[in-house]
Amino acid sequence: MSELISKNAVELAALIHSGEVTSEEVTKVHLDRIDSVDEKVHAFLFVDKENAMASAREVDAAIQSGTIASPLAGVPLALKDVLTMKDVPTTCGSKILQGWKPQYDSTVVARLRSAGIVILGKTNMDEFAMGSSTEYSAYGPTKNPWDLSRIPGGSGGGSAASLAAFEAPLAIGTDTGGSIRQPAAVTGTVGVKPTYGAVSRYGLVALASSLDQAGPCTRSVMDAALLHQAIAGHDPMDSTSINTAMPNVVDAAKNQSIKGMKIGLVKQLGGDGYQVGVRKRFDEVVELLGSLGAEVVEISCPSFEYALAAYYLILPSECSSNLAKFDGMRYGLRVGDDGKHSVEEVMSLSRAEGFGPEVKRRIMLGTFALSSGYYDAYYGSAQKVRTLIAKDFNDAFAQVDVLISPTAPTTAFKIGDKVDDPLAMYLNDVATIPVNLAGNCAMSLPIGLADEDNLPVGLQIMAPVMADDRLYFLGAVIEAALESQWGHRFIDKVPAL
Amino acid sequence: MAELSREQVAHLAKLARLALSDEELEHYAQQLGVILDSVAKVTEVATADIKPTSHAIEMTNVFREDEIRPSFSSETTSRNAPEWEDERFRVPRILDEE
Repeated sequence: MSELISKNAVELAALIHSGEVTSEEVTKVHLDRIDSVDEKVHAFLFVDKENAMASAREVDAAIQSGTIASPLAGVPLALKDVLTMKDVPTTCGSKILQGWKPQYDSTVVARLRSAGIVILGKTNMDEFAMGSSTEYSAYGPTKNPWDLSRIPGGSGGGSAASLAAFEAPLAIGTDTGGSIRQPAAVTGTVGVKPTYGAVSRYGLVALASSLDQAGPCTRSVMDAALLHQAIAGHDPMDSTSINTAMPNVVDAAKNQSIKGMKIGLVKQLGGDGYQVGVRKRFDEVVELLGSLGAEVVEISCPSFEYALAAYYLILPSECSSNLAKFDGMRYGLRVGDDGKHSVEEVMSLSRAEGFGPEVKRRIMLGTFALSSGYYDAYYGSAQKVRTLIAKDFNDAFAQVDVLISPTAPTTAFKIGDKVDDPLAMYLNDVATIPVNLAGNCAMSLPIGLADEDNLPVGLQIMAPVMADDRLYFLGAVIEAALESQWGHRFIDKVPAL
Repeated sequence: MAELSREQVAHLAKLARLALSDEELEHYAQQLGVILDSVAKVTEVATADIKPTSHAIEMTNVFREDEIRPSFSSETTSRNAPEWEDERFRVPRILDEE
């Protein structure tokens, strides 16, 4: 295993910038790593070898001629397969898009390119980002590098696993109800869901348009800040894009003191239903925060009890509408077009064969929630709960700077354990969902291994809308304090593959 | 609150353009019923005085000048089409034959 692949992105960028190594070399060692371990991990759906090497050489030339100054120039990245990249297959983990090659770059990809970041390939995910385990990918599950019999979280399990397997130092995920943060928690990596509207959704295949947000997945807080900075910012191609200056997350990630910071512990996110080992590591961090001079208080957010229920009405409703476009007429899978079937029958046959069970479940759930006679009781009520959750956050942030909770109620579970039990699967998102409903931002970072199973535990930090810098301000200090306790980075403990 | 019959699920599948087998209809009727029972909890707190939220961040309409800009060529579009004929998507019969 090359020493280069274990380095954080910021170190790789410095080595490339100083000319000690080239982006071509760094890209090559990661492609070699993918070659040797991805058979076991299955983080990637598509590896874009030739283009990756070609863009690495271009970046090397640009660095030499001094025409690129981006802080992550030359560093490779794994891209979740839900973002379009021109002429590169984009499947969203679904059979219905097998073979589809988009005609355009998503804004996220365009920004990565202009930052000189080299895209290695597309990562595995639950089909159309619906799931918490990556088991609903039509192309088979991704394995957790900490224990290959376990799930890497979802929907962005491929992106998170690629980091923990040292296949990529940076990755992009998308988070609709926790799809960046929960995979980060169970793979011992860092993941951030930025404020809704901070990162353009242009070219992000929509699951639930009012909730979806792309964000950084990394192995360190500073790497996340640099990647966050590279992709965030206003985009005229997305009408929900926020058109004001973004908070300076990179400066915040340099913070060394949280003296006087007010931190709220969310009463409703913890306790019963949370694994003992998860609670233990979480309680220790709460103590640590106190010893670092922060003021930790318990905050009650009573409406959070209803967040999961509201989410599983709002999301299916939006997704049933968003996924209506996959009808096999202009692109994607078409089934039964034999001259005997009507256009409607061909659409129904194509969708029945192209979509997997979880996608079908949610499409029908959404169709039901939006149907006349049920709309007010289900979808309408869920939208009101959304108002209550935003109010809980507002009340909380009037008292404290940030809120914390465990990111997920358990560590990584076994592949197959929850695959046909939707309600059990949905519970994984119980702590991550409130943020998506209210549109504010959150980070997950590793805080240790659970005693009972030696698997990673994540801490969630939540901050107000457009206060993404607070995530990094606190995250950097916790990371540094824990690393000095452990004497190593968290990811250094991942078993060799 | 919500018990879904097989017939209701068949109707939903039809609306959603999903050709499902009898076995699938049975399975989904059971699962969707359980999920709906659980999510119906939202009605407990959604009182009439609360304003619904569709988007968390306040939105205003975004306008731009209506200028001619390049669009995708039919050549690149055709590469993703299941069927393509005479510069157009070929689709199954839409109108009934008289």
